[in-house]
Amino acid sequence: MHAFNYHRPSNVNDAAALAAKSVDAKILAGGQSLVQAMKLRLAAPTDIVDLGTIKDLAGIKVDAKSVTIGAMTRHAEVEGSAEVKKAIPALAALAGMIGDRQVRNMGTLGGALANSDPAADYPAAVLGLGATITTTKGTHAADKFFKGLYETALRPGEIITSVSFPIPKRAAYMKFKNQASRFAIVGVFVADTGAGVRVAVTGAGPCALRLAEMEKALSAKFAPESVASLKIKSDGLNADLHASAEYRAHLITVMAKRAVEAAMK
Amino acid sequence: MAVKVSMKVNGKAVSEEVETRTLLVTFIREHLHLTGTHVGCDTAQCGACTVSMNGKAVKACSMLAMQAEGADIMTIEGVAKADGTLHPMQAAFKEHHGLQCGFCTPGMVMNAVDFATRHPGASEQEVRESLEGNLCRCTGYHNIVKSIMAGSKAMAGK
Repeated sequence: MHAFNYHRPSNVNDAAALAAKSVDAKILAGGQSLVQAMKLRLAAPTDIVDLGTIKDLAGIKVDAKSVTIGAMTRHAEVEGSAEVKKAIPALAALAGMIGDRQVRNMGTLGGALANSDPAADYPAAVLGLGATITTTKGTHAADKFFKGLYETALRPGEIITSVSFPIPKRAAYMKFKNQASRFAIVGVFVADTGAGVRVAVTGAGPCALRLAEMEKALSAKFAPESVASLKIKSDGLNADLHASAEYRAHLITVMAKRAVEAAMK
Repeated sequence: MAVKVSMKVNGKAVSEEVETRTLLVTFIREHLHLTGTHVGCDTAQCGACTVSMNGKAVKACSMLAMQAEGADIMTIEGVAKADGTLHPMQAAFKEHHGLQCGFCTPGMVMNAVDFATRHPGASEQEVRESLEGNLCRCTGYHNIVKSIMAGSKAMAGK
């Protein structure tokens, strides 16, 4: 790992100011991706701005319409939250599928979204539920947040503070995981919002994406058979040693079908 | 850039000047000379570096020492009693032969202690799932699972 300057601001505005004035700063949340990337020298920031001691960035609030989760809330807290399990069980379940126990004790919602790893789980829930991402500079709609491979709408020095997930009528997440890394080879989040159905996929493309065709079919009839025969085109999907683009396209249909089945239970 | 980092390790306050890029596992092994915490894969997959931070199992190779500032850290050296009496989980690993070469064992025990504390009475399936962040290349996990089931019972006083 290359050397860097380390900062531990006491509030998020100071953190944003520090990040903005550094040559090449990285915001450190849980560090479960960033620290490994720095060890491999894939990332070599001049400055690290550690959010770890900013207390008001973590926490879970639930009201009648939404679940709002602080950016520094660890995956294990979301997984174990009785309130989240009651309001959006699919979201708690998804948090419990990220990485492994130790990673979930450190990794954060804000970090996962800002990193936008193509195989991360949280982006599927954010996009699938149509969440709103609040930052130090305003808000982002989920549909306009994920821009590409490790690319989001965040500007330099902009820090995620919380994410608000509307409570759906029913939802489920199904993940076909890589047995070694636990990352999603394909993960599909299906949500029946009451005002239509949203289907978001992670692991298959450069970043999380929605499937209009499936949403239309499920909005007409929310049942597994609505998607079971829908063939997804493999053009532009990820291909690597774990799975070809064609296999991922096939998995999207399978996982979507299973997610609908699970949401109906 | 050198910085001062302070934390509690196995009940003892420690404070050292370190480079900012020092990993927690490096701090524990090379600065404090507590070499029971192992470095296996160094990529956050194997779990040999698992320690407890404020009562939660974390991978010490995946975090900076600075992220543990002010924290209460427990390593495998702090699990047994001061008089050498093994922790019930350690005793269970011994009794059920939950190891062969022993390299992964410190991480297995640290994760198992955290898991058993949070999930008393977990099923065998849940115990197996709890091991997704810990790799063992010798045992095939069978005796590790047996050990954790027994250790978990012993911790609950059953």
